[in-house]
Amino acid sequence: MIRWLVAVISLSIAATSVRAADPIEIGIGYLGRAGVKPKLSLVELPAENDGVAGARLAIEDNNTTGKFLNQHFKLEEVRLKENEDVAKAAATLAERTGFIIADLPADDLLKAADALRERGTLLLNAGSTDDRLREQDCRANVIHVAPTRSMLADALAQYLVLKQWKRWLFVVGSHEQDKLYADALRRAATRFGAKIVQERTFEDTGGARRTDSGVTLIQRQMPVFTQQAPAYDVLVAADESEVFASYLPYRTWDPRPVAGSAGLVPTSWHAAQDQWGAIQIQNRFVKLNSRQMTALDMQAWTAVRMIGEATSRIKSGDPKAVTDFLKGPNFSIAAFKGRRLTLRDWNLQLRQPILLVDGRMVVSVSPQEGFLHQVSELDTLGTDRPETKCKLR
Amino acid sequence: MWRCCLLSVTAAWLAMVTPASAFIAYVSNEKSNTVSVIDTNTWTVTKTIKVGQRPRGIEFTRDGKFVFVAVGDDDSIQVIDVAKQEVVDTLPSGPDPELFALDADGKMLYVANENDNTVTIIDVEKRTRLGEIQVGVEPEGMAISPDGKILINTSETTNMAHFIDTTTRQIVANVLVDARPRYAEFKRDNSEVWVSSEIGGTISVIDPVKREITKKITFEIPGLRSEAIQPVGIGMTKDGNTAFVALGPANRVAVVDATTHRVTKYLLVGQRVWHMAFTPDEKYLLVTNGVSNDVSVIDVAAQKVIKTIQVGELPWGVTIAQP
Repeated sequence: MIRWLVAVISLSIAATSVRAADPIEIGIGYLGRAGVKPKLSLVELPAENDGVAGARLAIEDNNTTGKFLNQHFKLEEVRLKENEDVAKAAATLAERTGFIIADLPADDLLKAADALRERGTLLLNAGSTDDRLREQDCRANVIHVAPTRSMLADALAQYLVLKQWKRWLFVVGSHEQDKLYADALRRAATRFGAKIVQERTFEDTGGARRTDSGVTLIQRQMPVFTQQAPAYDVLVAADESEVFASYLPYRTWDPRPVAGSAGLVPTSWHAAQDQWGAIQIQNRFVKLNSRQMTALDMQAWTAVRMIGEATSRIKSGDPKAVTDFLKGPNFSIAAFKGRRLTLRDWNLQLRQPILLVDGRMVVSVSPQEGFLHQVSELDTLGTDRPETKCKLR
Repeated sequence: MWRCCLLSVTAAWLAMVTPASAFIAYVSNEKSNTVSVIDTNTWTVTKTIKVGQRPRGIEFTRDGKFVFVAVGDDDSIQVIDVAKQEVVDTLPSGPDPELFALDADGKMLYVANENDNTVTIIDVEKRTRLGEIQVGVEPEGMAISPDGKILINTSETTNMAHFIDTTTRQIVANVLVDARPRYAEFKRDNSEVWVSSEIGGTISVIDPVKREITKKITFEIPGLRSEAIQPVGIGMTKDGNTAFVALGPANRVAVVDATTHRVTKYLLVGQRVWHMAFTPDEKYLLVTNGVSNDVSVIDVAAQKVIKTIQVGELPWGVTIAQP
């Protein structure tokens, strides 16, 4: 009798658990370094949650969709301290999540990718614009959501050429990443028919970014630095290190516009972008985070949404299946850029339009009209298939 | 002498060409915050009505006496009195209304609130909110089944067509469609519901009984990259035989044989073609062209664009009164 009762009870428990099936849990990691990058402009200082705030919004969006599909998404954020081993941290995180959004410098990203190669964890690069990660150093387990320096440079060059501002005075910072951006801009000038009339280097001699009488000094320095230039249409500055470019607009010796790292800036996203329904994501982001949405926020949002898009299509949270779907021909994502974004299958870079912004408004969106391509106009931005050095493995 | 003759000739000519039924079309101009009134007899704008901020979804009431227009940035739906041709009232729509659907007898209004992931239900006579339904991210397209039992809402970032039971106000099914579903349209015989996916570039044909996609319609235009083909508005003839699909920045309206689901023709219209409305006799189809700031008039039988009418900035929606 008792045995019979137990059987009935356990049967009913089994039935209940079948009816109220638990949702599929999909864990997504966010791996970044602690601390924020310095900026010359106080209004552009990144928030501490720059990037991960976008990932959080995408988790909310994925969960709204997930409740109709019995899928639930969870974000786990890991911040690396200085000198902390990235490979070890990535491996620990990968024990809990099948996907990692990476906001890491190139070398760190490669260490993480190689540490996770056998495990099948998918990395989505939201933070690094280094071209080499998509070229000679590409990896089969890394999808790149951030645009490359060459995509950004090409987007800017197309517009400057369209405006007939073809003679560039070119000013390059003295740090490694400034030189990489300069390489991309030089390549863009050659590709689209602009001419660098002269190149100057702005040496970083150190010193504080903020001083009490800074403006007076800068107002004397910048005209001197830019005088006696050959005739030019636009000053193009490569200063990723935030040392000088933002001081150039309105202070050049000749009255000329500034572009590149200041003035007209190419970027994947901006808080002023309101076309193609973007006002909705801007509103959602401000509501959740009480600040404006940056390019890094958008790159992280897109990365998390790509995972959500895949899991909704294939009805599975399995990292291998998601990776296959994302790399396959049926993947595309809507990200408020006016057209669908897809992956370049030769190096796993997300194709995307690039905004050109002046700090307050979106001035234009590249690719520009008339720059044609046999596959996708978006492939007029960055390194194209015939030029690629990437061998995915 | 000349003037008198000219006048009488003009009068006679007018009497001759004036059709028995002229219709009035209302067009919402998203950027200029106005509604243009078009006389389909003369194909001219006869009046421009000032409305609230960012007018988009626009619909005649069933009795033809009023026009509802969703003014998203004012978080409300305004009521235009057709006789007075001015805004006379406001409905409590919930935040950021974009598109809405009226039920068959015109008493209940269902509004998509883009910012809030909800659909708001409004009692039109009492001007009150009856409730809300939680849907996916960025609800947009709205359509009611011919029998009035099912409301379809599409959510742009969730990429679903939600089937909502209008009696219980519960979601009864979710059909996953391609990216950024914008608009839903039923066939009159309830045999199909069509959902356009702007970014996905397709129309999903859904069986409303099985609630499954039975067919996907795709579009190919020589010389255009597939990313530029973005289906938005759909117009379906009453007999369910022919459909017209606005293809956004492709600047074309596709003509689709709605029985075979084959595209038979592409009509070149203005830039960024968005939504559309038939005249009640189905002789003409009016489509809004957002970037070129005009409305194209399509002769439905001839499948030709016969006229372009300049309206306000960024024309978005269009509605024509039933007689």
